[in-house]
Formats: sequence, C-alpha cells, structure tokens
Amino acid sequence: MMNKEEYKKHVSKTCPKTKEWRTMLLAFIVGGTICMIGEGFRDLYTEVIPKFNSTQVTSLVTITMIFFGSLFTGLGLYDKLGRYAGAGSVIPITGFANSVVSPAVEFNREGLFYGVMSNMFVVAGPIIVSGVVWSVLVGLIYFIVGVAV
Amino acid sequence: MSKKRGKQTYVIDTDVFIKNTATIAGPLEGKGNFAEYYDEVLENDSWGCKSYEKTEIKMRKNVIDNLIRKEGITEYDLDCIMGGDLLNQIVPTAFSAREFEVPYLGMYEACSTFGECLAVGAMLVDGGFMTNLLCSTSSHNGTAERQYRLPLELGSQPSPVCQWTVTGTGAVLLTNTGDKQPKIKSVTIGKIVDLGIIDPSNMGAAMAPAATDTIVTHLRDMDRKPEYYDMIVTGDLGKYGRDLLHFLAKEEGYELANVLNDCGSMIYTDKQRATQGGSGAGCSSLVFSSYFYKEMLKGNFRKILLVPTGALLSKISSLQGESIPGVAHAIDIEL
Repeated sequence: MMNKEEYKKHVSKTCPKTKEWRTMLLAFIVGGTICMIGEGFRDLYTEVIPKFNSTQVTSLVTITMIFFGSLFTGLGLYDKLGRYAGAGSVIPITGFANSVVSPAVEFNREGLFYGVMSNMFVVAGPIIVSGVVWSVLVGLIYFIVGVAV
Repeated sequence: MSKKRGKQTYVIDTDVFIKNTATIAGPLEGKGNFAEYYDEVLENDSWGCKSYEKTEIKMRKNVIDNLIRKEGITEYDLDCIMGGDLLNQIVPTAFSAREFEVPYLGMYEACSTFGECLAVGAMLVDGGFMTNLLCSTSSHNGTAERQYRLPLELGSQPSPVCQWTVTGTGAVLLTNTGDKQPKIKSVTIGKIVDLGIIDPSNMGAAMAPAATDTIVTHLRDMDRKPEYYDMIVTGDLGKYGRDLLHFLAKEEGYELANVLNDCGSMIYTDKQRATQGGSGAGCSSLVFSSYFYKEMLKGNFRKILLVPTGALLSKISSLQGESIPGVAHAIDIEL
C-alpha cells in the first residue's frame, strides 16, 4: 500500500473540484437578486410610509427579508436554493435567518426548551460571537484613537 | 482442518445460504436505478412518523416482519437478530429489536456494518451455533445528516466529493438449509486502514485504501484472480472512491476495471444529483438484498465479492482534526 504522503498527494491532485466559475456566477445572480428584492422593499416602504426616516426603513426591510428567509426555510425551499446558489443565498440576511430557523425546525421533536431553544444557534452562534467580539475590538480602537486625538 | 486461509480469510465450508431477503427503500431510492427491485418504497421520508428516528425504527421493524412473512416462519424460529445502523448507540437497531422476542446482537461499523454482520453471521451458522440468523442494517438520510453533518433545511452547498446518505434497509436470512439460493463461501475480515484523509465529506478517499487492502488480501489468501468473480462490488465508495480503489489496486498488481463496481455509485441515476452517489449503512444492504440477490437467483450473477466499506469517524473526531479510519470486509457469495 502506498504511504500517507503519496496518497494525500494523489488525492489532492485527482479530487473532483468545485466548478468555480459556475458557482461564482450563480452566487452572484442569486445573491444579487435577493439584494434587489430588498432594495425593492426599501423603495416600497419609502413610498408607502413617508413618515419613516431611512434608518427606520432599513430596519423594516431587514425584518421583511428575515421573515421571507425564515418562511422559505420552513417551506423547505431555502435549502434547495442553497444547493445551487452557495454563498449567494448564505451571505444575505435571509441566509442568516435560514441558519437560525433550520436547526430550530430540526430540533422541534426534542422539545421546546432542550430542543428548539438550545439548538437554535448551533450554526449562527459562532457568527454572532465573532460579530460581538469584533465590534468590541473595533469599539476599543475607536475609543483609544478618540482619547488620543 | 483449519478454516483459516492466508492472513485474514475464513472459508465457510458447510452450507450457509442467504435464504431470503427483504428491503424497504426511501422515496429518492424508489426513483433510482433499482426501483423495480425493492419490496417496498416509502411514499415520503417521514412515513407517518413524528421524527425520522421513529421512521428508521419502523422501517427496520417492518423489514424484519416482511422477511419473516416471506419465509413463512415466525419470530420464534429465529436464533438471533443481528444488525446495526449509523446512529449513536445504534438506537434504531436496538429499538426495532425490542419488538421481537428474539436474542439480539447489535453491531457497529458505520457503513460496513452489513459486511460485519454477514461475516460474523456466516461463521456462527457455519460453526453450527445458529440455524436461522437474521442480519439487517439501515440508514435514513434525515437521521444521519443531522448527526454527522448539518441541519437538513440549512441552505449550504454540497462539496463535489460528498455523498448522499441512503434511506433504506435490507435484511437477509442466513440458514444452513436451502435450495438454489446463493451461499456465503468465504469471508475476509478487514483491517482498519487510515491514510490520513481528514476531510469528512471525502469518505470515498478515506475508505478506498481499506477496501483495496481487504480485496487484495482476499484475492491473495484465496489465491484467486479478480476475474474469478462476476463482480467485485464495494459498499459506498462513491464514484471517486471507486476510481481511487481501481488506482490503488493497480499499484498492488491487480487490474479490477472489468469486475469492479460500487453500490453507492449504482443506486441513484445521474439526474438525481447525489454527487458521488449513495452512502450509509443501508446502502450495501439495500442494493445487495434487492438487485444483486434477485439477479443471482435468476443466475445473471454467479459469483460476487461484496465488500461493504465503512468510514469510522464521528463529528467530534473530525472537529478534533483526527484523520478518518476506513474498514472493509469481503464476503464471497456464490451460487
């Protein structure tokens, strides 16, 4: 039998690779479309609710997109989209909703507390933790720079 | 005279028949290449159960019931139910066996469990310890994916080397009396081989060295050429894993191109987008108990070397950066 190093070399040489151009193009199209839909909602809300300022409209758009991401996860459609779109459907906020709702759906059978609640963030947890840690670090840098100036 | 040949092979010199088989396949498998060979196909993944775990238990219970009914015996005629699956503590196997008043032996070797069951089962029958032994293994896509990978509804892109866990179960009845059914003639117990593959989605690459080792050892121990068999069929190496096995066997001086195939690569059609093919403890048992068994009864295959392959990883071992040990057992089945 060939040794480990030779085998690993052979595997990395012959292993089927992701078709990068195809996946990047699909990610671009799907991701772009999701963002366009979001922009569409922004225009709609700006038009329909004129008393909302732009920050409030942004929040409303985010909430709407999270709603649809969750809905399509529950309907079992978002994972099918993700198979083709890859990062195109993972990166937008709908993908974040998918990453929270999909474990919640999956652990439904293990009960509300130890099932849904304790497993809801198994996928999104690391993203939230690193988001919080980085924002604290950036905040510290701002603070130090602000004090120095 | 000793039953042992060479380093790892045991000759089964009394009659050990694979007397009958029963299968239940999942909905995707039911649209695959062997659709007409399955006894029963689920109309959906849950099959009226509240969780996929319960579905897998029900599949196993029903497949055992079906096999008993097909054979015209009762559960009290069975000496033992032996089996395994992919889940922690092999819960589906144990929970389905509690429905029967039959002694139980739980086995675990991931996707090669079927090989382990047939090897041990054939030796138990050959040794005269048991006369009616039921072996079955199963897997369910919904239960295995959540344990080994990610939530089902998560929209992630599959790796180009990944495989699709088969939903299905196959059960066989081993007996010492039979007629024209296929017989187990020899078994080769495989070693664990690990050539350092760490990517848990690339199970074909992790298992191919073990499959090669077992097949080459079997051929050497029995002093046979690959052409002795109508087909050497591995469990779930997938298309890429099968190519690797072909390559590794060539390095050892065996050309398998004309006889080699793989249950996982055969089970789905190309349109079903299962990437490298099927995997799981139910893969080899489902394909063998349906397609190969029925074709053997018709006489279209006379000699088969069935080599279920297993990747012995867990989610925790992968996260800790451990490489994936592979194992495979060879079962020589002849008419």
